Amino acid sequence: MTRNGPAAPDPTAPDPAAPGSTGPGSTGLDTVAGRYRMLRLVRGFEELALALVRAGEITGGIHPYVGQEAVAVGVCAALRPQDRITSTHRGHGHVLAKGADPGRLLAELLGRTGGLNRGRGGSMHAADFSLGILGANGMVGAGGAIAVGAAWSARQAGEDRVAVAFFGDGALNQGVLLESFNLAAMWRLPVLFVCEDNGYATTLPAATAVAGSATGRAAAFGIPAVEVDGMDTEAVRAAAAEAVERAADGGGPGFLRCRTYRFEGHHTMERLMKLRYRTPEEVADWRTRDPLPRAAALLPPGLAGQLDASVRQQLDAAREFALASEHPSPERALEHLYADGLRPRAGARA
Amino acid sequence: MRLSYTKALNRALTDALAADPAVCVFGEDVGAGMAGPTLNLLERFGPGRIVDTPLSEQGFTSMAIGAALTGRRPVVEFQIPSLLFLVFEQLVNQAHKFSLMTGGQAAVPLTCLVPGSGSRDGWAGQHSDHPYGLFAHAGVKTVVPATPTDAYGLLRSAIADPDPVVVFAPAAALPVRETVTWELAPIPLGRARIHRAGSDVTVVAVGHLVHDALAVAEELAPELSVEVFDPRTLYPFDWAALAASLERTGRLVVIDDSNRSCGIGAEVLATAAEEMRLVAPPRRITRPDGAVLPFAPALDRAVQPHREQLRSALRAFGPLRPPYGEGRAR
Repeated sequence: MTRNGPAAPDPTAPDPAAPGSTGPGSTGLDTVAGRYRMLRLVRGFEELALALVRAGEITGGIHPYVGQEAVAVGVCAALRPQDRITSTHRGHGHVLAKGADPGRLLAELLGRTGGLNRGRGGSMHAADFSLGILGANGMVGAGGAIAVGAAWSARQAGEDRVAVAFFGDGALNQGVLLESFNLAAMWRLPVLFVCEDNGYATTLPAATAVAGSATGRAAAFGIPAVEVDGMDTEAVRAAAAEAVERAADGGGPGFLRCRTYRFEGHHTMERLMKLRYRTPEEVADWRTRDPLPRAAALLPPGLAGQLDASVRQQLDAAREFALASEHPSPERALEHLYADGLRPRAGARA
Repeated sequence: MRLSYTKALNRALTDALAADPAVCVFGEDVGAGMAGPTLNLLERFGPGRIVDTPLSEQGFTSMAIGAALTGRRPVVEFQIPSLLFLVFEQLVNQAHKFSLMTGGQAAVPLTCLVPGSGSRDGWAGQHSDHPYGLFAHAGVKTVVPATPTDAYGLLRSAIADPDPVVVFAPAAALPVRETVTWELAPIPLGRARIHRAGSDVTVVAVGHLVHDALAVAEELAPELSVEVFDPRTLYPFDWAALAASLERTGRLVVIDDSNRSCGIGAEVLATAAEEMRLVAPPRRITRPDGAVLPFAPALDRAVQPHREQLRSALRAFGPLRPPYGEGRAR
């Protein structure tokens, strides 16, 4: 298996031996143009979801991924269809970049039966096991050791699959994540740990929460750890490709710390709360590093506009599909609780 | 064949590993077989399937979940029941919830085995808990076998089950031996076993307390006819079998080695009171509210349910039979 370095010069030519270029689970991320398109899709999806939250269509709120798109797209561009990911509460970008259908993801956020999880999981638990997406997860750091288990499982089965765990800077202080570093390193498992450092654990600045450094923590377990500009899709892809190749070749786990920023609040409630944990200047400064214009600059003139238009069409169709999808009926509230179909007792006697 | 409880667990693991290459075992000291059930498994099945883990319970339990989500059938052994508190997040908030949260995309065929739950005489506050009620409350399938045959059969079924199952092997049941003249076989989860038929009182006994209940029933046989009902699986509970038993007896005592408030004993009494035939107020014998087992042997025993409590609970139903067994006073 071979992989590319950064920034393919011809934006429309597939990278040699690129992953995910054909067949089921194809994400189209094998070209610079495809990666730009995915950035736009994730951004557009979040804008659509934010509008649906404001309109009261999506209940409970979401954790918007706006600003961090380069991490999901760069990492997933380095993956093959058979590779697996675990995601976080801020997971829409990972789920889309790994190939999930935007209409079904949106239907999930809306709690409809056409959703990825039939409306049973919502934003924080979106999963598509057929694409190796083992789920967004509502508990910070929980996906780390689950990904390690998936990697162990693949090795046991003699399958060539790498598992990627996405997590934020907040997860660096979860003991179970550090335990998962140890297990992955001790057993040289094919795992890529991706720390998406957006600078804040909700409102707590990473600078006041993480002793030492993110990469230092991975390095302490003997895991090769790399700092990468998390606003630069091509840089993320190059670093991820190297780590994924090494992991797949039996070289053990890797760790990327992608410095990034969320342009929106921690969650959609935040707009109502007028919090002051970061300054408007800081947000404006990070917006100048927006990964989308940066990726668009790699494209020939006019192509970004065409791709934007095709994403708009795709999202219009996704919106239409999702809003037309049925609401689940209340008598089926506990369907799927047990894999063997066990029906639990009702909460009141009939 | 003379079969001990621990050997039965060992046989169940061996047979499950031999029958299905997806079955694997994670846990501390499982290679050496420190707790008993995993003895000699490493030699036979190798380190790829019998995985000695570092002391990272949350890490390796999460890992087992990841493995279960992707085609393996892991058994995780915990040497100490209190370790379950450490992995409550993993078992209840992750493993148990995946099936519903993913809309049925994912199953987590994970078995947790606790060989030596409850008091082990002298291991004090942090090694003597019996938290099966917590898992039953959370809706995790929960099994507490009382005999070697049931331990074998229920562990086999737990491993084959597509959902997470916690198997408690009470320390006080581990010395139990049986002369087995039958073929060991899987026993379905969710089916109770009546160890002794009776017509006056149903005693629901959990785990090792089945043996105490049988002894007391025998002892009191001249006075009253006691049915000894072993739920075997606490969740899902075999309510139909209990209703049938109470249809016969109309009287209920639960003996349950866990704390009183919100314990499984409370659930059995509540359900019987709501839905089943009772001719007298039901009773339960449990550990005290909020019990922490003290170290000193007399204190350790003092907070566990014991036979004298069961005798007096049974006798409190009043003289149900005249002393010489003639007729019946109901």
